Order: sequence, then structure tokens, then C-alpha cells
Amino acid sequence: MLSLIIFLPLLGGLIILFLPKTSERAMKQIALICSTASLVFSLLAVTQFRLGGGMQFQERYSWIPSIAVNYHLGVDGLSLPLIVLTAVLSVLSVIYSWRMDVRLKEYLFLFLLLETGMLGVFAALDFFLFYIFWEVTLVPMYFLIGIWGGPRREYAAIKFFLYTLVGSLAMLLAILILYFNAEPHTFSMLELIRQQPLADAPLLAALAFWGFFLSFAIKVPMWPFHTWLPDAHVEAPTAGSVILAGILLKMGTYGFVRVSLPMLPGTFKAYAFFIAVLALLGIVYGALVAMAQTDLKKLVAYSSVNHMGYVMLGIAAAAGAVGDPSKAAAAATALNGAVFEMIAHGIITGGLFFIVGVLYDYRAHTRGVDEFGGLGARLPVYSGITTLAMLASLGLPGLMGFVAEFLVFLGSFGVFPYLTAVAVTGVVFTAAMFLWTIQRIFLGPLNPRWATLADMDAREKLTLVPLAVLMVIFGLYPKPLLDLINAAMSGLVTALR
Amino acid sequence: MLQYAWLIPLLPFLGFWWILFAGRRAPGEGAYVAIGALMASAVLSVAAFIEVLRGGHYETNLVWAVLAGRPLEIGFQVDPLTAVMLLVVTVVGSLIFIYSIGYMHGDPRYPRFFAYMSLFAASMLLLVLANDFLALYAGWELVGLCSYLLIGFWFERPAAARASMKAFVTTRVGDLFMFLGILLIFLTLGTLNFEEIFEGVEAGRMTGGLLTLAAVLVFGGAVGKSAQVPLHVWLPDAMEGPTPVSALIHAATMVAAGVYLVARMYPLFFGTPSHEALTLVAYIGGITAIMAATIGVVQDDIKRVMAYSTISQLGYMMMGLGVLGFTAGVFHLMTHAFFKALLFLAAGSVIHAMHTNDIKQMGGLGQVMPYTYGTMLVGGLALAGIPPFAGFWSKDEILLEAYHHDQGLFIIGAVGAFLTAFYIFRMIIYTFTGTLRSHEAHPHESPRVMTVPLVILAIFSTVVGFVGAPWWDNPFHHFVRFEAAEGVAFDLNFAIMSTAIAAAGSLAALIVYRWQWVSSASLRRAVGPLYTAVVRKYYWDELYQFVIVRPVVWAARRLRTFDVYVIDGAVNAVGAVIVWFARLYRIFDLYVVDGAVNLIGWTAKTLGGVLRYVQTGRPQNYLLVIALGVIALVVVGVIR
Repeated sequence: MLSLIIFLPLLGGLIILFLPKTSERAMKQIALICSTASLVFSLLAVTQFRLGGGMQFQERYSWIPSIAVNYHLGVDGLSLPLIVLTAVLSVLSVIYSWRMDVRLKEYLFLFLLLETGMLGVFAALDFFLFYIFWEVTLVPMYFLIGIWGGPRREYAAIKFFLYTLVGSLAMLLAILILYFNAEPHTFSMLELIRQQPLADAPLLAALAFWGFFLSFAIKVPMWPFHTWLPDAHVEAPTAGSVILAGILLKMGTYGFVRVSLPMLPGTFKAYAFFIAVLALLGIVYGALVAMAQTDLKKLVAYSSVNHMGYVMLGIAAAAGAVGDPSKAAAAATALNGAVFEMIAHGIITGGLFFIVGVLYDYRAHTRGVDEFGGLGARLPVYSGITTLAMLASLGLPGLMGFVAEFLVFLGSFGVFPYLTAVAVTGVVFTAAMFLWTIQRIFLGPLNPRWATLADMDAREKLTLVPLAVLMVIFGLYPKPLLDLINAAMSGLVTALR
Repeated sequence: MLQYAWLIPLLPFLGFWWILFAGRRAPGEGAYVAIGALMASAVLSVAAFIEVLRGGHYETNLVWAVLAGRPLEIGFQVDPLTAVMLLVVTVVGSLIFIYSIGYMHGDPRYPRFFAYMSLFAASMLLLVLANDFLALYAGWELVGLCSYLLIGFWFERPAAARASMKAFVTTRVGDLFMFLGILLIFLTLGTLNFEEIFEGVEAGRMTGGLLTLAAVLVFGGAVGKSAQVPLHVWLPDAMEGPTPVSALIHAATMVAAGVYLVARMYPLFFGTPSHEALTLVAYIGGITAIMAATIGVVQDDIKRVMAYSTISQLGYMMMGLGVLGFTAGVFHLMTHAFFKALLFLAAGSVIHAMHTNDIKQMGGLGQVMPYTYGTMLVGGLALAGIPPFAGFWSKDEILLEAYHHDQGLFIIGAVGAFLTAFYIFRMIIYTFTGTLRSHEAHPHESPRVMTVPLVILAIFSTVVGFVGAPWWDNPFHHFVRFEAAEGVAFDLNFAIMSTAIAAAGSLAALIVYRWQWVSSASLRRAVGPLYTAVVRKYYWDELYQFVIVRPVVWAARRLRTFDVYVIDGAVNAVGAVIVWFARLYRIFDLYVVDGAVNLIGWTAKTLGGVLRYVQTGRPQNYLLVIALGVIALVVVGVIR
């Protein structure tokens, strides 16, 4: 099941490679079919998922027995929502990219390869496999930015690639530290969690922790490792930005929850406060810098720094509560909030990048926030969906972002009350930032330059309406999704107690 | 009927979606849907009210999330306080919706107006039905959203766009404090449910400074929403919205939500050491009441007069709650909702006729707009506190409570009451008496769809105060009450005095503006610099601009530069250093490593080049070399 979900997109990509260059329609259809099939299977997995059943749909085959590498897949309440999110955003990105006409074959192949890599990262339970998938995501994204990107694409692509590669190498080192200290040597993540090989070696544990930290923190990105993000986002093509913000960033936070927290809980606890401070800086700093941006895409990119700060605050709070049973409830709440924020941010910010693309790619060809004005009267549907997404992003109750922020704050406050109190101020800055943006683009008198702009067409609606619906549904009643997440998070917190 | 109370917010919510998607195809282009839904809610509310009157109580909960085995519930409850609020919101709301048919007629975004209004009604009803902080906070933010959308309804006007953002962000500052209060309560008591919180406070699980801090933080939300000092600055600007919006959201219901919050959380405030949180509430309310009243005196925009009046009256409500007059505060909330909605709608009728807000342009409208004039007069009398109109009963009660609790606050309240009567009659005299000053305007009475709601509201504003009158044993006091803060009994002498204050204020307005025995210019000169301060609204906006807005924008711009040049600069510097090293290696590579390799190659090549001459390919040369070799060997052998 999981292998099918992961490799269906790659299969589609390989088929596309063998099609003649002229059959563009067939290529797009295959891409759509394969990514949709992957989505359908992932939804099927959700229906068959048993709450409280731990790791499920496990697949395990011996791969390189001499160094104990296995092909081992499995999902729990943490990874399953992320897999579905990946599949959803991939399908929508393919739909959005329908009009792509530059080197379509390579584009679709790389895109599908990227999807396979991302799905693999979330499903892999063997570090060797995890690392391979992790690196697989890097290459297609490099080319997506470097070939289909904006004017400074080469710079952005190389920056993205090298920056994350540095992180990957640190992670490789950390993985090897774990591997060689486990007895017997193993790459199995579940086995490493059970063994806790570095529990009695604080120095090595710290080394491994910072190795993982560097890799994940760059990916998240945490302050001050965030500067690759605005460049990569601004230069990437729309679908690339969506995937980058929606999924690739989540790989970092996923790593913190899947690897750092359960494998090195004691070390994480020791540095939890420091990491929470970095998260706090990301929250306030991200919101303020976003406010000063005049490029819409950069603005959304910095708002990601802000929102990923909430995720990291929740995770750091959970780490800070390790070993303290009286704070276990707060830790579980914070972790639930953090994971929910991952999904919420994927949906909302993914949506926001589509929104920027709708305006930039085929209409205005500019992203300068101050160059618009009064579009609300001209583009009612577009304005409505944009406003909805931005309100969701600023944490309005009834929409997804609120649930996430509410839970993160509710939990973190029990662990780091003062830090959280400062972090809550970020909410005001975020609100000011998005409302100011709405005001500058949609309100006021219509700028005559845009008097002939067309509203969203059917395909654009098809990409954005599902995301808007998800924002509302899980914002009003998050229980179905939270039950799934909570199943994994309460188990994790119990294990850490 | 009480078990259907959850339908009350749901109906307008469904109406919202219906209008949003149907747009121009909705019945009555949305108006009928909105009005139908809200009137159905009104009927349900009346039924619920009657059942609560008979002693009914309703509570229902829904598990919203389960976090590590701990359920987080949201729920509804109907108790007397909620029942009163339901009635106010649905009845006043329905009348305002009907009025809007006329007022918004011909607007290009007519359906959207009713969609937003329906969403507002739903959110407001959610807010008053909530039995926990989660649902309350959700409703609280959603009414804020609707306020944002409706203030900026005519968003083509830059002033409206700015005002909407100012309203949302300013109230969000208050909400930030409230949210921290909620977090503090949750951390200490482990629950968001009101009943459980009150039980916890009563059981002494949250006491002393911590409880005060929580109460004050929660009050922060009320300060923002109810436009109390120092977060009142957004409400006057909010008048950029259509007048029915001002009537419903910024007079009758949403801005009263802060007062409702304090009333709802009364045990929390009451339980603080020597009621210190309530003392703060009372003083903030008192300061707001008098400050806004003074500003109201100098406003020339008819809606801004009302806006400052609203701020001032909300201050009275807060003061009432703060001086342990729980019932008095809630009572004033209710009466104010009716007469202030009336005043706003009447003002809207005037604006509809005049196409201007400036009362200096108006005059003599009494003759052409008799219904508007008559109803406005009723509203003015009610606001001023002249018996038997509604405002008298509630304001008198607040002043009485203040008199018995804190003399200083009573004096503030009494001066405020005088000013209230003064500014409202100043506005009415300017607008309706004398002769028309504008030359372009052709005023006319508004259509019946607007005047009928005005008349109904005028009737309410006349009679609704009787529920708190002493004649029938003061039924309101028996219905909405807080055990430990029983009100002071009605006092006839005191009532005569408060009437006299109101009458004096009205009379002063007549003297200055109608009969003009004293010119307003001479009054202005008499108060001197105070006048300037009042006209500039005590410089609050300038203060915020200077202390908050500009520093934040400045910091944001600086941080952006910091981000580009310092953080990203550092990243690029690392990259540059590596590239530089690479160059260095390249030179080393080129000249040393590669040089060595090349040297070997060069040596081999040179050697080869030299040795090449050996290999001539001619047999005779080779034979010669062999012969020479043989000779050499022979020579060597012989010498040995």
C-alpha cells in the first residue's frame, strides 16, 4: 500500500520520459492520473487506519543485510496526515501547472520524482531509506527553481541546494553516530527509539542532536537559517513554491518530532529553552519582516518563517516537558498543536502561493503589493478566496490556522509561560501584516492599470476551492484530524514521560 | 423549546452561506433570506426567553478535540443573562435588517451586505450562547471580522479601508490580553468552561494576585471590544461603515460584548481580593464615560456624535458593573441597545436624505422628516435620561449604585450625564430645527421600510425601561441578578436629582443652540486650551501614531534591512569565503598539483622528444649502433 502510494508518481514520471515530446496532453494526463491515484490510495489508507494502532501498513524487506539496511515503511498519526497533504498539494499543483509549456516533459518528470521523494521521507522507518528520500527531494527542486524559476533563479537554486546539502551532511553524521552506538548496529528508526543508544553518552548525544538540528532547522527554516527561503520562494515557479512551503518545510519539523524528540529526548530537553527562543524570534521577527515586504511572494515567504516558529515553539515546549509527568498534558497539547499547524500551514500557505501565482503568472506579471489597489471590486472571487486564506493564516477562529495556534499556545503556556506570552504578540503583528496587504491590494479605488484584469478561471478555482473548503471544515471542527494526530502524539508523550 | 437553542445562531449562519453562493439569485437578493433567518431566530429567542423566565436552564456540550485523553469541549448555555442578550440581538437585529432594505437599496454589493450581516448575527449569537472561553473567543473574533468587513464595506473609499484595519488591529490588541488571560486560567484551573472556572475560583484554586491578573487580562479584551480607554480610538473611525452597520455592530450589540463579557465573568472579577478588578473596571468605565462625552460635544459629524456617545454609554455600563451594580450595568446594556440603535437609524435616515454627515449643513429637517424627527427625539430623551424613557431607568440605577459605592465616580457620572443631554440635544437642534443651511440638498422623508423600524424602536425605547421600574416590583432585578451584588433599591429623591441633571443638560443645549442666549463661540473661548484638546480628541491618535505605529513600521523596515544585509549577508559571506578558498585551491591546483603533474608530463615529453631522434627507422643506423655497442663491449672486456 505505502510503496504504491510512494512510487506511483515516479512510475508516471518514467512513463512520461518515454513519451514523444509532442504529446503534451498525454503527459499531463499521466501526471494527473498518477498523482491522483496516489492521493486516492492515501485516502484509502486513512479509512483503514486504526486509531491507537501505532505504526501501521508496515512493509519491511531486507535490502543490504551486511550493514543492516532494510526497506522499511510505515505510517502513524504523525506521518499519515502529512502524506495526504503531500498528495493533495501535488495533485493541485499538477492541475495548476496545466498551462506550463516550457520543457514540459522534464518539468513533469521532476515534479513526480519530487512527490515520490517527499512521500518517501514521511513513510520511511529506516534511516538509510529516509536519507535517500531526503536527498531525492533536493535534486528535482534544484532543477525546478533553476530551470523554470524567475530572473535570479541560478543564485536561488544553488543557495537552496548548498544550504540544505550542508544540513544533510550534518544529518548523515548524526545518523552514523546513532548507528555505530546501537547494539546491534541498526538503521531502524523504531529500534533506535527503543534502544536509546546515546542515553548514557551525553557528548555524543549532543553531537548527534546538533547534527540533526542543523539539518532540520535549515529545512524548517528556523531563525537565523531562514534566508534561503525568501530567495527560493521568489524565484521558484508557482507550483514549486507551493510544494516548497507546503511540504518541504514540514520535513524539517517532521524530523524534529520523528527523530530528535523520541531518539534524543534528554538532550532535546536540555536545549529546549534555547530552541524555543529561536522559535520565538522566528515568530516575531518573521511577522515584522513580512510586514516590511513589498513583494507579495516574499511577504508570504516570511509569514512562513513566522508560522513555522509556532510549530517549533510547540515542539520545543513538548521537549521542555520531557520527564515531567505534571506537564505531560501540556506537552501533548503543544505537540498536537504543532503537528496541526504543519498541516494547516501546508494548506493555507500552499493556497497563498497559488494565490500569488494566479495574480502574477498569467495576469499582472508583477508582485509589488503597492502597485495594486482596489482589485476587490474587479476580482470578487479572487479577493474572497485571498481574504479567506489570509484570515486563516492570521489565526481567525473558524479557520484552520486558529486551531493550530490556539493549541500551540495552550500547550506551550504550561511549559514556557513567559516565552509564550511574548509569542502571542506575534498574532497582532500577523494580523496587521495581512490586513495591510489586503488593504493595499484589494481595497481603495481601483488602480486603472488593472481595469481589464480577469477573475479566476475554472482551473484556478479548481486548485484553490478545495484548499479553502479544508480550511473551513477543519477550522470549525478539527476533531477528525486531531484524533488522528493525537493518537500518535499522546503515545509519544507517554513514551517520553 | 430550549433544546433547540443551538438553532438560534445556526439559522443566520446558514443564511450567510446561502446568500454568499446565491448572490443576486437569492430571494430579495439576500435581504429576505437574512431577515427570515434572523426573525426565526428571534422567535426561538422569545420562546427561550419565556422558558428561562419560568426557571428553565439549558446547557449542551460538544467534544471539539481530544488531547491526550483530555477532551476540549465547546458548548451553549441559556441563562437569564444570555436570554436577555439573545432577545436584544435578534429583535434589534431584525429591525435593523429590515431598515437596511431601504438604506442599502441600489448598492452594487447589496447581497454581500446581507451576507455579512447574517454572519455577524450568527457570530454574535454564538458569543452570547457560549458556555466556555473557546466558543466565546471564536464568536468574539468572528464579530470582529464582520465588523472589519462591514466597516470596509465601501472599501473604494480609502478612509473606510483604513478604518476597518484600524478597528481590527486595535481590538486584536485587546484580544491579545484576553487570550493571555484565558491561557492563565487554563493553566491554573485546567478548564475553559465557565461553570468549572467559577467553581474553581470559589473553591480557592485560583486566588490573590493571580486571579486579579487573570481578570484584568480578560478585561483587556473587553476594553478593546467595548472601545474603552485606552483602546477606544477605533470606534469613531468605524463610522465609515454603512449606518445600519453602525447601529447594529457599533452601537447595539458587538461593542456591548465587552460589557457582556465582564457580566458573564462576574464571579471571576468579584472573587478578586476586595473586588480590585471591579474597581479597575469602574474607573476605566468612568474615565471613558466622561472623556467621550466631552469629545461628543464638539463633533459636527452626526455619526461621530453618536460614536462618542456610544463609547461614553459603554463606559457607564462598565462603571455600573464595576461599582457592584451587576443588574444596573446589564440593564443599561439592554436599554442602550434599543435607543442607540434608534438614534443611529434615525441619523441614517437623515444622511439618506441629506447625503452628508455634517450637522452644520443641516437644519430645519423637522418639517420635512416628521417621523425621523419624532423618533430621534424619543431616542434623544432616552439617551439623556429623561423619565419615563428607557435610558432614564438604567442610567439612574448606575448613578445610584455609584453614589453608594464611590462618590468620586458618582460625580464623574453626573457630569457625564449633564454632557450627554447637552451633546445629544445640540445635535438634534442643529439637525432638525431652524432653517436648512445647505443649498444643494433636497431632503425628504425616508421610505416606509425605514420609518417603520424607527417607530417600533421608538416604542421600545419608551417602554422597555419599565421592566426595571419600581412599580411592578422591578422584575428585571429578579431576573438578571448576581447574588452577592444585590442592587440598591430605587430612591425617588435620587431619581428626581438625576432627572434634574439631564434636564439641565438639555436646557443648556437649548439655551446655547436654539435660543442662542449664549453664543457657542464665547463658550469655546471660555474653555480655551481645553477646547483644542477636546477637538483633537485628547491626542490619542497622535500618541499611538507616534509611540506604536511608526516605531513598529520603522522596526519592520530596519529588520528587513538587517535580514538582507546581516543574516543573509553572513550566509553569502560563508559562500564567498568558500568560493575564495576554492579559488585558492584552484591556484594551488593549477600551479602546484597540476604543475607537478604537468612537470612529469613535460619531462616525459621532452625526454621522448629527445629520444625520438634515436628512432630513425633506418636499419643502417641501428646496425651502426649495434656495431658500436659490440665494439664497446669488446673494448670493455679487453680492458678488464
